Order: sequence, then structure tokens, then C-alpha cells
Amino acid sequence: MAKKTDSKKEPLFHVVKRDDMPAGKAWLIRIAAIVFSFLLVGLLSMAITEKSFGETYEIMFSGVFGRLFEGKTTMLWKYLQEIAILLCLALALTPAFKMKFWNCGAEGQALVGGLASIFCMIQFGSSLSYPVLMVVIVVTSILAGAIWGIIPAVFKALFNTNETLFTLMMNYIATQIIAYYVYIEGGGSNVINPVAYGNFPTVGNNDYFVNIVTVAGITVLMYAYLRFSKQGYEISVVGESQNTARYVGINVKKVIIRTMAISGGLCGVAGMLLVAGKDHSINTNLVGGDGFTAILMSWLGQFNPFIMVVMTAIVIFLRLGVAKVADTALLNHSFSEIIVGIVILILVGCEFFIHYSIKFRQSKKEVKA
Amino acid sequence: MKNLKKILALVLALVAVMTTFAACGGGETPAPEASDLKVGFIFLHDEQSTYDKNFMDAAKAACEEMGVEYAQKTQIPESKDCYDAAVELIEVDGCDIIFADSFGHESFLIDAAKKYPEVQFCHATGTQAHTAGVANFHNAFASIYQGRFLAGVAAGLKLNEMIEAGKITADQAKMGYVGAFTFAEVMSGYTSFYLGAKYVCPSVTMDVKFTGSWYDEKLEKEAAQSLIAGGCVLISQHADSMGAPTACETAGVPNVSYNGSTVAACPNTFIVSSRIDWTPYFKYMIQCVMDGKAIDTDWTGTIESGSVVLTDINEKVAAAGTAAKIEEVKAKLLDGSLNVFDTATFTVGGKAVTSYLADVDTDADFTKDTEAVEGGIFYESKHRSAPYFDMEIDGITLLDRNYG
Repeated sequence: MAKKTDSKKEPLFHVVKRDDMPAGKAWLIRIAAIVFSFLLVGLLSMAITEKSFGETYEIMFSGVFGRLFEGKTTMLWKYLQEIAILLCLALALTPAFKMKFWNCGAEGQALVGGLASIFCMIQFGSSLSYPVLMVVIVVTSILAGAIWGIIPAVFKALFNTNETLFTLMMNYIATQIIAYYVYIEGGGSNVINPVAYGNFPTVGNNDYFVNIVTVAGITVLMYAYLRFSKQGYEISVVGESQNTARYVGINVKKVIIRTMAISGGLCGVAGMLLVAGKDHSINTNLVGGDGFTAILMSWLGQFNPFIMVVMTAIVIFLRLGVAKVADTALLNHSFSEIIVGIVILILVGCEFFIHYSIKFRQSKKEVKA
Repeated sequence: MKNLKKILALVLALVAVMTTFAACGGGETPAPEASDLKVGFIFLHDEQSTYDKNFMDAAKAACEEMGVEYAQKTQIPESKDCYDAAVELIEVDGCDIIFADSFGHESFLIDAAKKYPEVQFCHATGTQAHTAGVANFHNAFASIYQGRFLAGVAAGLKLNEMIEAGKITADQAKMGYVGAFTFAEVMSGYTSFYLGAKYVCPSVTMDVKFTGSWYDEKLEKEAAQSLIAGGCVLISQHADSMGAPTACETAGVPNVSYNGSTVAACPNTFIVSSRIDWTPYFKYMIQCVMDGKAIDTDWTGTIESGSVVLTDINEKVAAAGTAAKIEEVKAKLLDGSLNVFDTATFTVGGKAVTSYLADVDTDADFTKDTEAVEGGIFYESKHRSAPYFDMEIDGITLLDRNYG
């Protein structure tokens, strides 16, 4: 830990890591940050749209839940679907992050998963029976995402390449492959019309039910995997110190590659959910940047799947809600992106003050977060 | 104790916030049920895109004129999100007509049309209405090739002026064109623009570059710059950002714009712009629903209907007499004595075109299914509203291709 010295060159203030904040207090700060950011969202929207605070939130609720109180649940399902996709990607990144492997390639891994799905839907749609087709789609999508994750993992394990850059670059490759595929299948119009085969079943007139239940299952499994399994423990050890891991006899290379296979495979699942469970088509904008937002979600969720559920629910609420505010006021759509950005900044900022404190020179008072 | 104070302050702050929420929750009055007609618009981007702005301006103008309310959703990608946006506009905002502005929205809009048969769905640039068999789903476009042709005349006159002034030789009269994708809508556009220029400047040639995106300011700018570097002395574009016009303004190269005037940003290079004015269509579709009449499955706006328009000519840049010449050519287009795609005016691979099967009906294999040439004229937008002219005629060089 940084120790105060009496040197005269001491800077005006310095940042000290603190491990002593009680969990309760930390959570109080987090909740306060969330409340504060919601308050700020309302105030900013008020200032720009000239609607009252109450009206603003009424519009936001209508943008997220629709006319839920009149028994119309369509919008609620859409909300849950958006949560499910972002959550699935955040869950996928988590094991890699716990291992301190900075997988910035969720976007690309999900894209190739989606590509595998649409490829199977188009190629085998009319020839295979529905159950067989669905199995093929699931297996190939997971495999495609896993391969996209394993490639940078192998390079990292063998040559210690920089995984952040590597996974980022893999995103662009995936995007271009899909652009080319859309050209082949779309014939110049840049659009693949929705494919009727290999669609996830609708349950009770609801298109997104399967997606939501799938991700709910993955959430529980991921929690159990990280918390209770031997592999989950190995991930933590490798993340803490690769030397320690080696010393206790963990095959670090194997763990890196295996974990990235899981991470990529789960991203592939997200891509499959988007293609087979939602669009039934594909374009380069399939994931729409959620692969990057998911990085933040995993961090904000402290690598805990259940906290991630809450965080994604908040972010998606704001995204849909503020978009509705912007649309209602005929505002530019960037408004909602700016607002969501501000909120994420506040939430990330509060983590900083939970883990660090700022100490000023000489004066003995501690600056409060 | 210090800590206690802090906690107390925090709790008080929380309480204050909670009461604010509670007060707001209690004070609400339910919004009155909209009894009048309401239109919902789905836009691919927002007003930063000249393409969407053109629709947004028309939506506002038409709805205000007709005295109806409207709601909009911007930044809706060409995916199931379009379906979801339509559902939201219907269920939450209570819209009776849904309009979407991008080609890829179509299939998802058709799905929504099947689910809500009592709502009318209208779609710009689409191709499937005449074969989908969904009664409440309609396509619309405009004979923008006529507008492009007129804009091309203005470009040709500018080239003539440059030739006469000795700035270029007749052989150097090469135009550049920044297109989005290599498909019929864009190909029909640049070909009619080229034929318009050729109508007054016979020696003109044209290079085309594609960006592979409807909206990418950087790519469009780079494409325009590389065309200028390649010897193009006049630029036009079919892509939606300010990329090409600003590149022209910087380089001092005349520009024929699209979707609306860019004279404010480019006072020294902007000549004229053609655009589709969607106001007549929006008014038509609203009127149909008000009267309980069926909306045309395929509606094609024309110069007569006020759908195909040119902006004011920038006299500072345009050649002298441009306005008069455009009026003269427009009159000929209107009385039918001049046709944009008259097969006598162009060749493909050195040969005259006597017959051409166009891909009019949408299918997976892009089968060419409909004869479009009759009596020496290629009839664009006759068999469906969206363009289907996709020949590569002589005089136009495609420097690259981009299918997306």
C-alpha cells in the first residue's frame, strides 16, 4: 500500500486503494449512485423536453413496459428480450474477465454464431426435420463462437500475444465475413429476407420466450460454474496469478483456451438467439454494439451473474425509456445514447470511490467519495 | 459521530428522492385516449441523415397540413426491431397508419401488417407489396429518375460551360458519382443522372464508386476525393451524408446533390439537388384512411404529383441558362416527347438494347421475370414502384462494386 512519506515533493493529492470498506456501505453507495443517476436522467430530460419530471418518467415507462396495466405484455417481453441478449453477452465475457483475459471480441464471436445459425437455416432448412435442424443450429453456433474465441486464446497461451487487440481485430473479420455473406445471399440489395426455417418456437404467441428462458438458465449455470466448480476455481487462480497457478499444478494454457472456448461459445449462443430467436435474418449490425456494452455490464456486475441481471435491467430500461422520451419530443436519437453513457459513467465512477480513496497532502482530512 | 452524520445525510437524500418519485406517481392524470387518426413513422436513422431528414420533414409537413397527430421511432435497424417498433407505435402510441422508410424494413413490416390487419402499413422503396398478398401493406416510391435526369441536365450544362471556358477539353468531361450499393435503386439513379448530362453534353463520361453504406460520412468523403483525384470535374452522389458535398466544397469541384439542398454548407460548389418530396404520398395515404378507401398497392409519385422536385438552383455555380433549360426538358418529360431510358440514347457493351428482363418480383434466386422494354423505351417504375433498372451502360465506368 502507498505509504505516506514526509518528502516535500508530495503531490497535492494521491489515490490510495482501500480494501476496508464494509460491504453494506459499498452497496449503499452503489444504490445511491443508481438513484442519483435516475434523478439526473429525469432532470436532464426535463430540461431538454420541457416536460415535467413525472411526465418524463411516465413516457419512459411507456417506452419500456407499454400499456402493461391494460394487459398488453408485448413491450414487456421486448424489454426482457433486450435484457436477455445483453446479459448473455455479459455472462459470456465473465469467465474470461475473471481470468484477466480481456476478451473484447464478444461482438465478433456473437456475429459468427449468428452466421452459423443463418447458414444452417438457409442451407439445411428445407432438407432436415425441425428437431434435427435445431440441434445442428445450436451445435454449429456454439462451435463457431468457440472457435472465434479459441483463436486469440491459443495465440495468447503459446505466444503471449495481446488478447485485447487480437479479439478486437477478430470483430472486424467477422463483420466483413457477414457483409460478404449478405452479398451472396442478398444479391445486391444488402438484405437477407427472413428465413422461415429453423426459427425458435413461439410460446403462447410470444416470440421471445425461448430466448429469455435460455438466458435465465445460462445465468444460473454460470453462477454455479464460477462459484462451485473446480474449473471456476482454476479460472480465479489463473486470474490472480499465473505463477501461483503453475506452482499448484494448474495447466495455465489449457485453462486459458478452455475458458475462451466457453466465453466464445456463449457469445455464439447470443448470436444464435438473435438470428434463430429474433431476426431470422442477419446483417453486420446484428449485435449492434452490445458486445461492447456487455464488457461494462460484466464489470458493473462485479463478475456476479445475478448482479449483472440488475445492471443490464437498469441499462436497458434507460436505453428504451430515454429513446421513447427522445422520440416523443422529436429529439435526436443521440440523446438516449448520451444519457445512457452518463449513467454508466456515474456507475463506473462510484466503483472507483468504493475501491480507492483520495488523500490530500498534509491536511489530515479525508475526502469523501 | 462523523460516520453517523454521513449516513444520516445519505438517508435524508434518499427519502427526498423517494418522495419526489411518490409525488410524481400520485399527481399523474391519465393521458386522454387519442380518438383521431394518428400516423406512426419508423426511420432508419435520424435527421443527421439527409435521407431520413427528407422523410421527417415531409412527415411533419403532411401531418400538420392534414391536422393529424404523429409519432416517430428513429434509429430503427433493418431487423425484428422494425416489427417491434411498429408494435410499439400501434399498442402504445395508438397509431392507425405505420410508415417505414428503409428497404430492409419491408419483411418485418409485412409480419406486423399480418398481425394488425386493421392498421395500414406503408413502405418506401420496397418491392414485395404486389406479390405479398397482404391487403393492408403498400409500397411507394417516386419516378426520381426523372428528377435525376433533370439534375443531370444541370450537370451537363456546367460541363459545357467548363469546356467553352477552356478549363477542360470535351474529352475531359468526366463526372464522378458516389453510390451506396450496387443495386437497382442506385444504378437507376446514376444512369438517369448520366443520361441527363449526356443529353446536353454528348462527350460526357462518368466514374462510379460505391461505399457499401447508406450513411458513412468518412467513406463518402474519401470516395469523392478519390474520384476528384482521378480526374472527375463534377461530382454527384446517392448516399446520405454530407461526405461528398463537403469534399467537393473543399476541393472546389461542382456538386449536384441529392435529398435536399446543401447550399448552406457548400455555397461555392452546390449546383442543384433532386429529391423525392414525400409530402404528397403522406397526404394521400392519410386521406385514404380518412375516407376509408384502399391505398394503392404500388404508388409511384411523379413530377406532376409534386413528388419529384428540384431544389432552387445555385446561380452562383450553375451555368447560365440552367433554369430555363431544365424547364424546357421538364416540359418534354411531362408531355412524353422525351423518355429518360430511351434505348436510342444508350448502348450496353456497344450494342443497342431491344429487350430486357428485369427482376421485378422478389424471390430468393433474383429471377429476371418481367420484360421492361416496350417500343424502344425502358419503362422504369411501371411494373412496381421501386426502381428495377440495373443495366451497366456504356460511358459509365464502375470503379468498384459493393453489394453490402
